[in-house]
Amino acid sequence: MRGVSPIKPLVFAAALGPLLYLALGAWQGSLGANPIETITRSTGIWTLRFLLITLAVTPLRWLTGWNAIMRLRRMLGLFAFAYGSLHLMTYVWLDQFFDWAAIAKDVVKRPFITAGVSAFAVLIPLAATSTAGMIRRLGGRNWRRLHRLAYVAAALGVVHYWWLVKLDTRPPRNYAMLLAGLLAVRLVAFFRGHPSERRGLPVRKS
Amino acid sequence: MLIKPAPGIRSSEITDERLYLRRREFMKAAAVPAVAALAGIVPAPASGQDALPGVRKGVVTLDEALTPWADVTTYNNFYEFGMDKSDPSRNSKAFRAKPWTVKIDGLVNKPGDYLYDDLVAPHALEERVYRLRCVEAWSMVIPWVGFPLRDLLKRVEPRAGATFVEFATLHDPRQMPGQRLDVLDWPYVEGLRLDEAMHPLTILAVGLYGKVLPNQNGAPLRLVVPWKYGFKSIKSIVRIRLTSKQPVSSWQASAPHEYGFYSNVNPDVDHPRWSQARERRIGEFFKRKTLMFNGYADQVAGLYAGMDLKKNY
Repeated sequence: MRGVSPIKPLVFAAALGPLLYLALGAWQGSLGANPIETITRSTGIWTLRFLLITLAVTPLRWLTGWNAIMRLRRMLGLFAFAYGSLHLMTYVWLDQFFDWAAIAKDVVKRPFITAGVSAFAVLIPLAATSTAGMIRRLGGRNWRRLHRLAYVAAALGVVHYWWLVKLDTRPPRNYAMLLAGLLAVRLVAFFRGHPSERRGLPVRKS
Repeated sequence: MLIKPAPGIRSSEITDERLYLRRREFMKAAAVPAVAALAGIVPAPASGQDALPGVRKGVVTLDEALTPWADVTTYNNFYEFGMDKSDPSRNSKAFRAKPWTVKIDGLVNKPGDYLYDDLVAPHALEERVYRLRCVEAWSMVIPWVGFPLRDLLKRVEPRAGATFVEFATLHDPRQMPGQRLDVLDWPYVEGLRLDEAMHPLTILAVGLYGKVLPNQNGAPLRLVVPWKYGFKSIKSIVRIRLTSKQPVSSWQASAPHEYGFYSNVNPDVDHPRWSQARERRIGEFFKRKTLMFNGYADQVAGLYAGMDLKKNY
């Protein structure tokens, strides 16, 4: 079996790339005329990308037979959560500056913000149960059920993106198609009774 | 008693005499932008654009900091050149704003195809500092150069029955790559009521910061209506038509429940998907309150007396 150990730190470093890019840009003042908008967009799109990358891990393993790739899944999922947290923080802090009344109004009144906040809420229990201890406590079966919520989070993320776009819906449409593809692969596997879909315990070692 | 020696002053802390003697120059240099802003004098930016001669300065001034040239010319919504705000400045470099012809037709006594110079030359160019409020809730302060649209309309003599003005942007997908996508029904169309078009604040702009209008800002000729959301201020105009029918703007056609004909800046009427109560002035960290009619209520509120602005958004 090919290992994943040398790859993991590389993936970790690469996953920090978008954040470093933003930090450097903020430091140098090169984030454009509206830096807060740039930060909001970048952290948002990377949240969605990491969600989809995380959801692509299992199908990739089926496709390639490279089982060790599963050991990247938790880290990638946690990066989705980290970028999602930054995205939410950017909105609460930089965009609204802790104007809780305005934020509450936004969450209730603006469907795209409702969808975004819901997506983040869904990610919280997933991040909280990402440790080996929590997997053991929940039991593989329950854990797996709970973590199917990753699809709900990704779907809400796509909807959040779609509803905020002013005119050009092609980018969110592309993400929706990717997500649909990932879901379809899983449905096919489920109905065909793919071995790993039945067995499929979370990989403990990481 | 012990007397401590005075701490030594390192030579690096001693101001060079040449610098010391120039201290007043630094003070002056620092004060220039502040004074200029108050006096309504706009500093010329370093740019590749030619300066416009004979501009009457300070016709309309504003006691608010100008948005830097770099931001005004790189943060643009001009979908003809791409969907991203950085696209227009990158994709419009080869755009040919000359020669340029504007067709003026409809209910006018003097219709015709007007060459740019014939259209603009009879008018004295003025500098006017206006707020620009985008429907996306950001704003700028821009020193435009142009002339009142009313002066042009008077020249072409609107006929009785003309109640609206319809404008169209150039449609040329070879030059405007954004038009190869059907995100909007090209060409871009905008419209004003005739009394809005005749309002003294409404101008046709041919420049900014004293320079020829850059392509990404709508060269060679664009509308500026400072109390309406930015998208009403149509760019690169090739047609002006006077009509008796209310025009349907491109945004209205694209999403009628989100964009109305009037599109006046109004903090009390939200966009269906986001709030319009506040805005981020480019270059500022904290959001500021959006002003009714973008701060021009004293001059323009009368145009809408008795109208339900929630219905006529």
